[in-house]
Amino acid sequence: MSTHDNIALSVRGAGKFYGDRCNYCRNENNPLNNNICPYCRTVFAVDDVSFDLYKGEILGIVGESGSGKSTLMKMLYFDQERSAGEYYITGYAEGVPNVFTLSSQHRREIQNEILGMVYQNPVYGLKMDFSSMSNIAEKLIAAGSRNVGEMTAAGDHFLDKVNIPLDRKFEPPENFSGGMQQRVQIAKALSNYPPILLLDEVTTGLDVSVQADVLELIKEIQRELGISMIVVSHDLAIIRMLCDRTMVMLNGSVAEAGITDQILEDPKHHYTQQLVYSIL
Amino acid sequence: MRQNYAFLDENSKKEIRRKTLKAIAIPGYQVPFASRELPIARGWGTGGLQLTLSLAGQSDTVKVIDQGSDESVNAVNIRKLIQDTTGVPDTIHTDAATLIQSRHRIPEVPLKPYQILVLQVPMPEPLRPVEPQERVTKMLHADKEYSGAWLRLFEQIMNYDSITEDADYPVLVEGRYVMAPSPIPRFDNPKMDNNDGLILLGAGREKKICALPPYTKVKSLAFEDYPFEVESFDDVICRQSGLTGVYMDELIDEETGETYYQTNDTSYMQEAMNREGSVK
Ligand SMILES: Nc1ncnc2c1ncn2[C@@H]1O[C@H](COP(=O)(O)OP(=O)(O)OP(=O)(O)O)[C@@H](O)[C@H]1O
Ligand SMILES: [Mg+2]
Ligand SMILES: [Zn+2]
Repeated sequence: MSTHDNIALSVRGAGKFYGDRCNYCRNENNPLNNNICPYCRTVFAVDDVSFDLYKGEILGIVGESGSGKSTLMKMLYFDQERSAGEYYITGYAEGVPNVFTLSSQHRREIQNEILGMVYQNPVYGLKMDFSSMSNIAEKLIAAGSRNVGEMTAAGDHFLDKVNIPLDRKFEPPENFSGGMQQRVQIAKALSNYPPILLLDEVTTGLDVSVQADVLELIKEIQRELGISMIVVSHDLAIIRMLCDRTMVMLNGSVAEAGITDQILEDPKHHYTQQLVYSIL
Repeated sequence: MRQNYAFLDENSKKEIRRKTLKAIAIPGYQVPFASRELPIARGWGTGGLQLTLSLAGQSDTVKVIDQGSDESVNAVNIRKLIQDTTGVPDTIHTDAATLIQSRHRIPEVPLKPYQILVLQVPMPEPLRPVEPQERVTKMLHADKEYSGAWLRLFEQIMNYDSITEDADYPVLVEGRYVMAPSPIPRFDNPKMDNNDGLILLGAGREKKICALPPYTKVKSLAFEDYPFEVESFDDVICRQSGLTGVYMDELIDEETGETYYQTNDTSYMQEAMNREGSVK
């Protein structure tokens, strides 16, 4: 493993398999039918993925539907058990343990104190019928706060930062538009200043103008707070706007990774070429 | 057919006692048990009743109360079933009982080391209002992840500027498990802390047993700046007995339309009035 000073997290050989795998697909040289074993039908949702996230950078993950982006994010946030691989977080126990293998109590500790997650669908990230303020407090309570005054102060600060009018802070997100819900989710994820933020298709399904707002907000947060982020999207324009480096996923694996501009201007993998030329 | 002693067959009682021992060994933890059918409907105290029946021996004296009253229809029915099937003597005097079954109250007279208080519990899971799935709440208990319980209290503060939960107010047992104390008033919560007797909680429909062994630390959840407070009855006087500082029902005089207060624990009130009478 690497404990490089600039690294926020490292992933090595991460895999998520749905199925029991057979002798054929256990041999990684044998070709699969996209991400499915032709013999035992095991789905290789994420297959041998390795990468580093640097401190303060925004790393993009791009790829078509079903390429394993969300599965990877859920593994990183411990929403889903991994089938294979290692995961090191520099901010946890000096980056020594493979955090994939920690007890659920310790994983929850990391989830509560080091990570923030913004889901594509706000339903997963928010309690729709609790006040927006309580939604933000949930993250703070989980991280150990027991002081109402402190939590509401943090709530005010972050709701204001994401442009939710403070006279609506006691309203539940179910009263809000999609863009506002997404902004409450971001405020919640940020509320205890996690060093790492995971964002999964946070602008999908939003109006273009609202999309621009949310993207601007993400950039601003990264500039101001220096949080390391992973941004998942299948929209190359968003990746181009936000991300320093980009990883292209195909059938659960990394097809290509590198500096975003280089990947977009001079794609090496034929899949990336198709992806890039189809939108240019 | 001959009726079995204490209605339940010996194996059922043994199983309930075994689960009760387990509950005593893990204060505040909900131990599943095979809840039996009884000649009263589930949801009418069958959890408490099964505990009482499994424990009632020849040397016991039983007291049954429902919302502070020995004479309510429910209390009378349950007492009758216990007596008909065991023949043990009953009492209304808290001091004289060895086994006390109660719904919605802990008696005003502190428990003695030789006493067992059995509370009837409709919903033993304190996290249920925020998490509908049993599988998930079990994991949350395992991880000591109680944000949901705190979040409910926080949301009440957001909506009403105070915690409005006035019954079944959650407690942290021995610094480990968050427990629903059954719908006793907040007023009774402090009585559970470091008390001399054994408190058992039985949920018939939900098939769970919980226990607070003598001298267990029981702390009501509270925020640093919103401390736990009990209802105060220091400024009101029981119309019937002149008592003050005990839990009272607020009643309305049908004739005058006036609000008045009356001691809820009827046997306690009677004893106090008798003492008063003998002095005079
Ligand atoms: N429970 C499951 N059982 C079997 N296969 C699954 C399961 N969950 C996900 N998959 C498969 O895993 C693969 C990766 O899915 P994932 O949701 O991670 O893709 P994605 O890149 O996020 O796609 P999208 O762009 O549509 O969000 C897909 O082939 C999907 O069908
Ligand atoms: Mg996805
Ligand atoms: Zn296979």
